[in-house]
Amino acid sequence: MPAAQFDFIAPTSVDEAVAALVKGGRDTRVMAGGTDLIVKIRHRMLFPKCIVNLKRIAGLDAITVDKTNGLTIGATALLADVAAHKGIRRHYPTVAEAAGATANVQIRNMGTVVGNLCNASPSADNAPTLMAMAATVDIAGPTGRRSMPLDQFFQGPGITALETGEIVTAVRVPPPAAGSGTAYHSLSQRGKLDCSAVGVGTMVVLNDDHCTDARIIVGACAPVPMRTPAAEKMLIGKGITDTLIRQAAQKASEETSPITDVRASAPYRWKMVSVLTIRALTDARKMALRKQ
Amino acid sequence: MKHDISLTVNGDTYNLAVEAWRTLNEVLREDLNLTGTKLGCGSGDCGACTVIVDGKSVSSCLTLAVEMDGRQILTVEGLAPSGETMHPIQEAFIEKGAIQCGFCTPGMELSALNLLKSNPRPSDTQIRSAISGNLCRCTGYNKIVDAIVEAGRRMQPQSKARR
Repeated sequence: MPAAQFDFIAPTSVDEAVAALVKGGRDTRVMAGGTDLIVKIRHRMLFPKCIVNLKRIAGLDAITVDKTNGLTIGATALLADVAAHKGIRRHYPTVAEAAGATANVQIRNMGTVVGNLCNASPSADNAPTLMAMAATVDIAGPTGRRSMPLDQFFQGPGITALETGEIVTAVRVPPPAAGSGTAYHSLSQRGKLDCSAVGVGTMVVLNDDHCTDARIIVGACAPVPMRTPAAEKMLIGKGITDTLIRQAAQKASEETSPITDVRASAPYRWKMVSVLTIRALTDARKMALRKQ
Repeated sequence: MKHDISLTVNGDTYNLAVEAWRTLNEVLREDLNLTGTKLGCGSGDCGACTVIVDGKSVSSCLTLAVEMDGRQILTVEGLAPSGETMHPIQEAFIEKGAIQCGFCTPGMELSALNLLKSNPRPSDTQIRSAISGNLCRCTGYNKIVDAIVEAGRRMQPQSKARR
């Protein structure tokens, strides 16, 4: 079967990339690592006429960890670099763990965290933790730059809030609150290698063992990585006991709407949301208590 | 439209004109006749196409050749450049019986190199994690893990002497 044909440009600035995407319209696709895009082209799910590669844009792969501004991961920063970054491992360990739990070594050496988000798979391994930590995305487009909370970015499977010509230039995570703890747990058939059948990212903020804030995000159990607000509300303002964690995990499971597909059945997913939420909340609590 | 690229493979520089949609895997195998690099799934799952680009292991089936302008690439043919003595990883794979049909071997060896260059004494868990992107349908992996342990030992003669 002959390969799908397309042209390729590698601009050296964000403005040039945006201009190329505006000019090309729907037939032009942006690429960072290419590990999702090239597969989709090979599988004949996409037929772009042109690919705009971001990897030659200087500085777009920057990772910065800053006490006041928090963590910034540039659009072309590799999953492997995020997973191994000392500052991220120290101050945002769950972000590094989620990046390290994405796909395999080779894909982590090619793919990017921002690309994983922009591909907008409901099972994207990096989304739940970043959403739990209230991350935002920086967007550049023909009408200028804007920023958006990550939990409003996903609109459906493969669909994001990006308009034509827009690209995500970075994802930002605010500095973790004092007394906060995070965790991410996922399940998949081939260890950590393939798409997760269920993933749960959590953040809890504790004052002693009194929960002042909680965010629970479930991946692969709805059209988008989703927050479970009712479960979060059960935790806030209370002492975070094992019993309460189990009740909140049950509530989180009730809030999701998984489907049966090649990776798992809906009933299994419902059960596993509850199990993984218990594990993730317990680990997040442990981290929060350790930090106090 | 063809793009002019200059890439270095196993120390040799090639100036090529490639179409944008061709992968590094296709260019290595079809244009440069370096057929040691295999093509398995074509979607980044099996690792048979693994090569090392600027020191990092990648799937050549998902890498566009046009992106390789100015890059240094190592394929399995470059592991033992003289063609006379084998690389310690290759020796260990043979001695430990870590090869059966051989289709996964080039990718396995390069994933092993990618691990051992930064971690010459990996644990079994670290080895299994490092080759989790390489499928082998013959060996059951145990002998491959043994071979990588042995290769790590051979690549670090000083630390062996210290023991």
